[in-house]
Amino acid sequence: MNGIPMEHGLILASILFSLGLAGLMLRRSMLFVLMSLEVMLNSAALAFVVGATAWNQPDGQAMFLLVITLAAAEASVGLALMIQLYQRYRSLDLDAASRMRG
Amino acid sequence: MMVTPVVLSFLFPLMGTLILAFSAGRLGPRASSVIGVGSVGLAALATLWAVMGHGGGTEGVTLWTWIAVGDFQPTIGLAVDGLALVMMSVITGVGFLIHLFAAWYMTGEAGITRFYAWMNLFVFSMMLLVLGDNLLLLFLGWEGVGLCSYGLIGYYYQGLDNARAAFKAFVVTRIGDVFLALGLFLIFMELGTLDIATVLARAPELWAEGSATANLAALLVLGGALGKSAQVPLHTWLPDAMAGPTPVSALIHAATMVTAGVYLIARLNGLFLLAPDVMLLVGVIGAVSLLLAAFAALAQTDIKRVLAYSTMSQIGYMFFALGVGAFDAAIFHLVTHAFFKALLFLSAGAVIISCHHEQDMGKLGGLWRKLPVAYGGFVVGGAALVALPLVSAGFFSKDEILWQAMAAERTGLLIAGLLGAVLTGIYTVRLILGTFHGEPGSDHARHPEPGTSVFTHHLPLVVLAVLSTFIGAWIYPGLGGLFPEAPGDTVETGHTLLQVLAMGAAIAGLALAGWLFLMRRSWLDNITDKGAGAGLWKLWHHAWGFDALFDRALVRPWQWSVRMLRFDFINLFMNLPALIARAFNAGLVRSQNGRTRSYAVVMVFGTTVILLALALAPGGGA
Repeated sequence: MNGIPMEHGLILASILFSLGLAGLMLRRSMLFVLMSLEVMLNSAALAFVVGATAWNQPDGQAMFLLVITLAAAEASVGLALMIQLYQRYRSLDLDAASRMRG
Repeated sequence: MMVTPVVLSFLFPLMGTLILAFSAGRLGPRASSVIGVGSVGLAALATLWAVMGHGGGTEGVTLWTWIAVGDFQPTIGLAVDGLALVMMSVITGVGFLIHLFAAWYMTGEAGITRFYAWMNLFVFSMMLLVLGDNLLLLFLGWEGVGLCSYGLIGYYYQGLDNARAAFKAFVVTRIGDVFLALGLFLIFMELGTLDIATVLARAPELWAEGSATANLAALLVLGGALGKSAQVPLHTWLPDAMAGPTPVSALIHAATMVTAGVYLIARLNGLFLLAPDVMLLVGVIGAVSLLLAAFAALAQTDIKRVLAYSTMSQIGYMFFALGVGAFDAAIFHLVTHAFFKALLFLSAGAVIISCHHEQDMGKLGGLWRKLPVAYGGFVVGGAALVALPLVSAGFFSKDEILWQAMAAERTGLLIAGLLGAVLTGIYTVRLILGTFHGEPGSDHARHPEPGTSVFTHHLPLVVLAVLSTFIGAWIYPGLGGLFPEAPGDTVETGHTLLQVLAMGAAIAGLALAGWLFLMRRSWLDNITDKGAGAGLWKLWHHAWGFDALFDRALVRPWQWSVRMLRFDFINLFMNLPALIARAFNAGLVRSQNGRTRSYAVVMVFGTTVILLALALAPGGGA
């Protein structure tokens, strides 16, 4: 495990996070928005694991488990919302559901 | 001690109000009527118990201290004496009969629960007014009855005119109430107490007779009494108050609330005796009111408005009696008036319902054979109103008033009273002839539907009719010991002459009316149709134009100033914060566009700014 420097892991995490953030802001399909969110969560989890390994601290591993649990819960809620969105509007376009104003 | 029945007598109506008000429409019309009428019936029984158990004199009880601020410690305290018992009997006794009649009158109306809730609250407030042993509690009842009057005049609130009439009654009586409140402030400031017995004991010690303070205090209290009792110049609300249901007119605007002013002055008699000039003013206002109202009653076409003006006129007699120092005679007339005027109003209600809410005399007529009970009520009540000698209740009380005026050597007032008696005869005959005789003026009057319910229609009318005869005068106990001696109590000379004069006036009125309306009808119609006669008719029909005068002198200038002040520059400053808030609101509303992606962008931007700020802050950088 000592072969990979911490910086490389953190750079990978940053790239994944940026990709997810860009997807969140630019994608119109709700499916891709949810996937972007998953990517962002996993990038954060990766940063925890890398940090834990680098400093030999078990806390990071525990945080990773928490983040995975959170991601699972988030996915279930998000998918339920997505089904509702599709049933109401026959589309996964988030901008279709923009009736709330003011 | 007889605390229980007295407390029960006003707790029953309060409980009725609370049950009806909190039922929030869950009670049906029948249940509402049973609760509304029953609570007042129980109060009447409790009052009867209190009257039976009363040992004479004044019995007081303090339930608890209401407010305690330094020396100012008004209590919830009751004082039961002869005057309070007489008033309680009238309020609950006549009140119960009117409630019973209302069960017939209001059948099929919307909002019966609301009606009875207001009526019960009214009875409760009126009981507080007459039972309170201090002026603040009296004032609470005073305002309470005003509020109930407002709610009940505007009972048919969907008609704009009814709402206006309620508003007018509220505002005009409120002007009087402000005077009364100022009077209470003055009394408390000068005498240090509002307890009625203490006020009456201290006032003669601290104030000289005819002193400025005594005059001012009496004048302010009189202002309140004028507003409540519809006397000139605060009388304009009473005829319009007839917009309410007829039982309301009978209970509030004939029998009880409008006589509260008479009660107030009689209760504070010691205060008024210290101010002889104000006493004279009371008598003059009474005489002026009784004449103005009697002339106005001559030229009304609506039967309820005739009765309204006659109420004003009869209360004028009461003020007139107060003014000559005959407090007992005033209360006597108050009681008999409550009987016969309630009877007249309920009979009018019977006519109005039977003829499908037709109350214009021009469209009624010829009803006497078809509505015998209502006709009987009108004849007996009318006889008492005219003060038909010996057989009617009104004769004994009115005779007493006129005798006291004669004994007090107030010839001017006496002549006004006698003239008023003649006019009373004329307008009463005109009212009965116009409603019950002659040709029916409309289909409603041709085919009336008489009331058939024995218990809720016949019974109240018959009982009130019996009370309006000499029997009603007999059961009045007399309060001689409670009030200072009246001028006519000691002398006797001239009493017979006066009685002959009073009888003559009443009979002259009846005879004149009979001659005018039966023999010279076409001649009379000719006179009122054109020229000066028509002008006089119009003047009387509008009750001497007080409404128009007040409208021009007070209401319009006030509305004009309100319009002017609406755009003043100070208001602009006051509006500035509102304008700024509205601008911010407009900006922020735009950001709420419903697009999740733009929310995400804004969030990311905000987070970035915060992180940058943390990173670049001096000493905060990582």
